[in-house]
Amino acid sequence: MASVTYDHVVKRYTADITVVKDFNVEIKDKEFMVLVGPSGCGKSTALRMLAGLEAITEGQIRIGDRVVNNVAAKDRDIAMVFQSYALYPHMSVYDNMAFPLQMQRMKKDEIDKRVKNASRILGLDNFLKRKPRALSGGQRQRVALGRAIVRSPKVFLLDEPLSNLDAKLRGQTRIELQKLHRDLETTFIYVTHDQVEAMTMGDRIAIMNAGILQQVGTPGDIYDHPANLFVAGFIGSPTMNFVPASVQNGTAKASGFEVKLPKPIDAAKGTLGFRPEAVTDRIVDGGTAMEMKVDVVERLGSDQFLYGQVGSDQVTARVDPRLSVQPGDKVRLGLDTRTLHFFDAESEQALL
Amino acid sequence: MSVAAAARTESTALRFSPRWITDRLGGFVLHVAVIGLTVAWVVPTLGLLVTSFRLPADIANSGWWTALAPPYKFTLDNYSQMLQASNLGTGFFNSFMISIPATIIPVTIAAFAAYSFAWMKFPGRDWIFLALVGLLAVPLQLTFIPVTTVFVKLGLTPQHLTSLGLPPFIPLWLAHAGYGLPFSIYLLSNFFRALPSDLFESAEIDGAGTLTVFFRIVLPLSVPALASLVIFQFLWVWNDLLVALIYVGGTASVAPVTVSLVNLVGSYGQNYQLLTAAAFFSMIVPLVVFLSLQRYFVRGILAGSVKG
Repeated sequence: MASVTYDHVVKRYTADITVVKDFNVEIKDKEFMVLVGPSGCGKSTALRMLAGLEAITEGQIRIGDRVVNNVAAKDRDIAMVFQSYALYPHMSVYDNMAFPLQMQRMKKDEIDKRVKNASRILGLDNFLKRKPRALSGGQRQRVALGRAIVRSPKVFLLDEPLSNLDAKLRGQTRIELQKLHRDLETTFIYVTHDQVEAMTMGDRIAIMNAGILQQVGTPGDIYDHPANLFVAGFIGSPTMNFVPASVQNGTAKASGFEVKLPKPIDAAKGTLGFRPEAVTDRIVDGGTAMEMKVDVVERLGSDQFLYGQVGSDQVTARVDPRLSVQPGDKVRLGLDTRTLHFFDAESEQALL
Repeated sequence: MSVAAAARTESTALRFSPRWITDRLGGFVLHVAVIGLTVAWVVPTLGLLVTSFRLPADIANSGWWTALAPPYKFTLDNYSQMLQASNLGTGFFNSFMISIPATIIPVTIAAFAAYSFAWMKFPGRDWIFLALVGLLAVPLQLTFIPVTTVFVKLGLTPQHLTSLGLPPFIPLWLAHAGYGLPFSIYLLSNFFRALPSDLFESAEIDGAGTLTVFFRIVLPLSVPALASLVIFQFLWVWNDLLVALIYVGGTASVAPVTVSLVNLVGSYGQNYQLLTAAAFFSMIVPLVVFLSLQRYFVRGILAGSVKG
């Protein structure tokens, strides 16, 4: 049980190649923190520095109150689950889980107790004698988790642990991981490139791009109040609509419609953002409306997404699934102005 | 059913297309090459085997293939004569005394060295490795005089070692270890390098030190590579004549079986038939080594480690 603090952490490989830039995050005790970002954004490097697999170029990483910059990986009291699971292929499931404890020279009966306990939690009781190659992908993944659990570490590090599983299993494991986090009452730090995993699992999310931390917050917070254009576009599926707009007297003017901004902003030009669910077939009297020329219709059963042109801009709308729309149709859609976003043209920071 | 039927129609449609012809032709050429190579290797061996069961007079007068047609006149005389030749037993003993340490020593050193080349960082690592690979190209004969000079200066001669009560084979063990190391290190480090790095990182976090990783993870996973290396090195040392003659000489008490074999044949090539029998007899050991290690070539020993 411990908090984790990244204090002005920098990772530089050469003078020109900096993969993590001035990274500051405080992860609370027992928190489930998700580091999310596109590939190459530095999220894995940030995790590996915490694990002790990469040296820290500048700054400090603290686990609890202890600065771990110069502490060996094995002495940091952490456990890591790798994307590839990294199971020892020549050892049985039991030995795989016992290995870290044997390295600590723990007594045999204590090892046995802990391995049995972990295998019970993970439902691996019947597989203890098998080699990893005789297990399914999901079972291997659980062995990797088991190897982390037996150590009862202060912090769990998970590096894209679900990306080798098929879609259905991924959904199940997501829920199991959340349960596990609740049962173990330990700090979890979870790296992923999948914003759905981030939104569904994280107590808080830290979004990174190009080595820079973009925003930290609860999933709801980040979804409703993205700090900048990148975060707004990264979180949410289908992605937020972005249309270039100019502002005059508190009204934003896009190529196909105008909208009165809920509060005045200090910019003449920028990008207007609104999520697909803000564009619907419900048109309120006196509200903002637009006309869309539909290109593609996506029916998901529970939802219906329309992709098309509004003026000269691409817009995605979420409409009633019972509405009958064909590609090529022109439909009138209403815009919910309560969830508008506006991003500065230069800095791309959210102004609204 | 319907899927199979559909697939069959499709393959019929493709028959005699250019693609089909090149596929068939490629397969055909490959088979011819493999069969040709096999025949080229097997025929002389077979000739040797047949000859070893023939009478000396017949060997001198007709080709070995004539013995394959009746009337059959095979004999075991060559084998019994060969086994009675006085120093063949000593030769076998010496060969084992030479081959076993001369296999174990370089393979052990090479495993440690290869691990450090593959997974440890130290200054000049790549240059040293490059130099090592360069050594593969040095002809063996080039080393005889300098190495012998050094051995003599250090007192590493059979006579001197025997007088000290040490095994007379030490110079040969060292020489074979030296000759075998570049290839062994090269082969093993390539194998070690292909092990997934996640395994090493995982072990590091689990608290395993360098030696633990080596003994508990790298070695068990490298059994196929080690087995093939042991076979290579053992065969090379077992079949060696030249290196043994140079460093320990042809004295019967220290000479390996290859030297005994050569001595069976007279200077003018008489007793040629004994050589054929002895060659087959000496082949038994490498065959046993090969067949007993063959089961370690398990394919997919890494399966289940890192793929989902």
